[in-house]
Amino acid sequence: MSLQTKNLRVYYQTLRGDVKALDGVTFNIKDGEIMGLAGESGCGKTTLANSIIYLTPPMKYIDGSVELDGEELPIWDMDSMNTFRYKKVSIIPQYAMNAMNPTRKIGKMTEELLVSKRVSYKKTRSELERRLDLVELKNDILGMYPIELSGGMKQRMVLVLSTLLNPSLLIADEITSALDVSTQKAVAEMLVEFRNRKIVKSMIVITHDISILYQIADSILVMYAGKLAEKASTDAIVHSPMHPYTRLLISSLPKVGVKYSEKKLTGIKGNTPLLLNPPIGCRFRDRCPVAFDKCMEEPPFVEIEKDHFVACWRERDRNA
Amino acid sequence: MRRYFGRKIVVYLSTFFLAVTIDWAIPRFMPGNPILNLLTRVAGRPETVQHMYNYYSRIFGLDVPVWKQYINFWIALFHGDLGTSVLMFPQKVSAIIMRAVPYDIFLLVPAILLSFYAGNKFGAFAARTKWLDNTILPLGYMLTATPYMWLGILLAWSLGIVAGIFPIAGAYGFNLQPSLSWVFILSLLEHWFLPFVSLFLVYFGGWAIGMRNMIIYELEADYSHYLEALGAPRSLVRKYAYRNAILPQITGLALQLGVVVAGALVTEVVFSYPGIGYWILQAIQNQDYFLIQGCFLFIIIMVLVANFIIDIVYVIVDPRTRLGMVGGSA
Amino acid sequence: MTEQINIQKSEKIDKVPVIKPKKINEFIYFALRNNKLKIGLGVVLFFILLAIIGPLFTKYDWNAYIGPMSQAPSREFWFGTTTFGQDVYTQFVLGLRAAFLVGIIGGGLGTFIGIIIGFVAGYRGGIVDEVLNILTNVVLVIPTFALLLIIAAYLKVRGIMIESVFIGLTAWPWAARAIRAQTFSLRSRDFVDMARMSGMKPLKIIFTEIAPNMMSYLLMTFILQFGGAILIAATLDFIGLGPTNTISLGLMMNYAVMWGALQFGNWWWFVPPGFAIMAIVGSLYIMNVGLDEVFNPKLREM
Repeated sequence: MSLQTKNLRVYYQTLRGDVKALDGVTFNIKDGEIMGLAGESGCGKTTLANSIIYLTPPMKYIDGSVELDGEELPIWDMDSMNTFRYKKVSIIPQYAMNAMNPTRKIGKMTEELLVSKRVSYKKTRSELERRLDLVELKNDILGMYPIELSGGMKQRMVLVLSTLLNPSLLIADEITSALDVSTQKAVAEMLVEFRNRKIVKSMIVITHDISILYQIADSILVMYAGKLAEKASTDAIVHSPMHPYTRLLISSLPKVGVKYSEKKLTGIKGNTPLLLNPPIGCRFRDRCPVAFDKCMEEPPFVEIEKDHFVACWRERDRNA
Repeated sequence: MRRYFGRKIVVYLSTFFLAVTIDWAIPRFMPGNPILNLLTRVAGRPETVQHMYNYYSRIFGLDVPVWKQYINFWIALFHGDLGTSVLMFPQKVSAIIMRAVPYDIFLLVPAILLSFYAGNKFGAFAARTKWLDNTILPLGYMLTATPYMWLGILLAWSLGIVAGIFPIAGAYGFNLQPSLSWVFILSLLEHWFLPFVSLFLVYFGGWAIGMRNMIIYELEADYSHYLEALGAPRSLVRKYAYRNAILPQITGLALQLGVVVAGALVTEVVFSYPGIGYWILQAIQNQDYFLIQGCFLFIIIMVLVANFIIDIVYVIVDPRTRLGMVGGSA
Repeated sequence: MTEQINIQKSEKIDKVPVIKPKKINEFIYFALRNNKLKIGLGVVLFFILLAIIGPLFTKYDWNAYIGPMSQAPSREFWFGTTTFGQDVYTQFVLGLRAAFLVGIIGGGLGTFIGIIIGFVAGYRGGIVDEVLNILTNVVLVIPTFALLLIIAAYLKVRGIMIESVFIGLTAWPWAARAIRAQTFSLRSRDFVDMARMSGMKPLKIIFTEIAPNMMSYLLMTFILQFGGAILIAATLDFIGLGPTNTISLGLMMNYAVMWGALQFGNWWWFVPPGFAIMAIVGSLYIMNVGLDEVFNPKLREM
């Protein structure tokens, strides 16, 4: 098992109380698996990503464990996590466009970063150039300043930078959101390529764009309001989703060739609950078309079929 | 790049032209006649006085029509001639200024440079822990809000009079002549110390505050978060933040160095230190408008030159400015 | 894939509570918790109070020779007497009044002019901006002493008002520059484009769209101008270019040095006025930092 998360609880400290952004999250990722992480804005995707690698205030660790390759990650301790960061687990952040120091040449910055982590720049140089080729960037990019690059180039550079030390787990947070469609495709394919060449072992790809996940993810994890709704293979999620939320999500995707006048595009009525005082029981019940009285009790995230996890009483009862 | 500097040059030249014109106009707007003021010192028979009046009019260039005086002013300016002083007649204004400027440089340059170094270091410290920030912040703001003359007075009184350690007037002992002897140099330093400290402390406050704000801003930037997420040690993050935060500070530093020749007016007044500030006050109190005009002109020119150099330097130092001009990235 | 299931909502499912505080209340909430704001404002208010009711406790004129010369603070003369036998306390509290007057009028005027020029330059851009830039530069570069000298030479009798107005007329460039920069960044926002496209007059746009979003910034600029005006006034007073018919904190220090307070050790004459300036202006600055934290969520501490 590559990544094992058990009952992870991380809250945000605010002056009005604790926002329960991540409230008991348990899932596993196998070696070589690309898991997509999907959900609405504010459901906890980025919180999950940051919890694993960069748990800073105002985030507060409450409970749970994260194990990578059999080793427990001390996510609550900023200092001891440093030995794991970059080498074992790495991240391509949401703000990748601004992630590089604007007043340093890219090559110089890379060198200083590696040296500070006790990695020899000289020895890594040739591999770095090979990776640049892989993402179709020229070597002279190392002599440029970030401001000279386009958005797509910066994204690819950060991709190379974050994976340079071959981490076991790579977290890619909304890396295609700010790109045009063709660059999106290219970047997504590069991610797969990195996994195929075993540069990275497993990945969590965070996005609200399910169509990208359909292209590259092996499995998809759907989150809602800080809790897990469903996890299954991409195929199962897209073609036979079980959780009501997932179903509504998939059905609200536009399909190619369908005209608006023929079939109306439906969204999901209502809003996500505020997590300062989350509702008791299932957090989706307010908007769920099939909610019933048992939903006042929180449904557990259980394996209904092989490798298919759902947190819903209806589905559990159906298959019980 | 050429367009950028072209525009800048136009702005500087027009500012210069306007400033010089206004400066030229100052003595003309003053009530009273400067020559008559000068002549009150001289008692004599009416014919002598009339003769001297004509003489002085020629010296000060006041015997020609106003528009011609204006042109003469510009011509003299390009010859480095800033007029003749009334107070210290017959000394040339430029001579007085040239004698005063070294004192200003001697006093201000170390104060500015040392306070820049120390202030920025302290300011950067403040961003490390909350405890440090809560001490350095109020201290910095209080220092920068301290009126120069008050700090000077306090130092003069406490260390100069009460403790009797330092002298409080002049650039060197009254009984000494400038020479390369140890006695003279020691006296020079003694007289320099208190004004230096009073300036240093106030400047220090300003730099510390500025740096603290800049560093906090940089530590909150995306690139800092990225480095931390990749597990870079604190020292690297701080090093980058410091380097980026110092850039705008350098502009401030250059500006301050540029106005060194304006002297530190009130400090020099408190300590009777013979820099330009001191002479400006003397000129004000004795109504020597030509000296005032000359000093101001000198200061204006230096300020504009300094600003221009800073613009050039900033382009060299910050790649963002340079590339922003060539239309940067896609 | 999906079945349209009729929603059976017969059961009472409790609604999730929604927290929506009004914008003004949010600021007050944070303001009450900010130490810098509280302490800074507290000190400034203390001095304002002193300036208002302080003079009520004295029966002397600031100029009158009412007591023994060079006397240290005593129960009769709280702040002692000057080298001539004037009451320092009276001078001090009246000086405080002068300081606040200069701050409000000088700072207010400077902010006002800075707002007009800054807004117009920032919003219009182009030629208008360039011309206003040159104007700003010229006012910046001209040593204000030059103009003040002319005024001082013609007006032998000057009051606080003239000094305040003068400071306002010469200190605005700093405010104008800052406001111009802010306006620049705001004017390219979408909501302003919408207003422009809907045909709103530029002046209306400035006042109804841009200004409200800059309220906090304008307040902070005013505070800086206020403090700056007090400092400038102190310097001008100290070298003799201040008011001639009244007393101020800077003038106290001027007289003290001129009439040998240093040599005689009459510290009570020159320490209080400078200290007051430092305390007031410093507290204004700190208050400003606190305000910045209140208005800017990113800076708020936990």
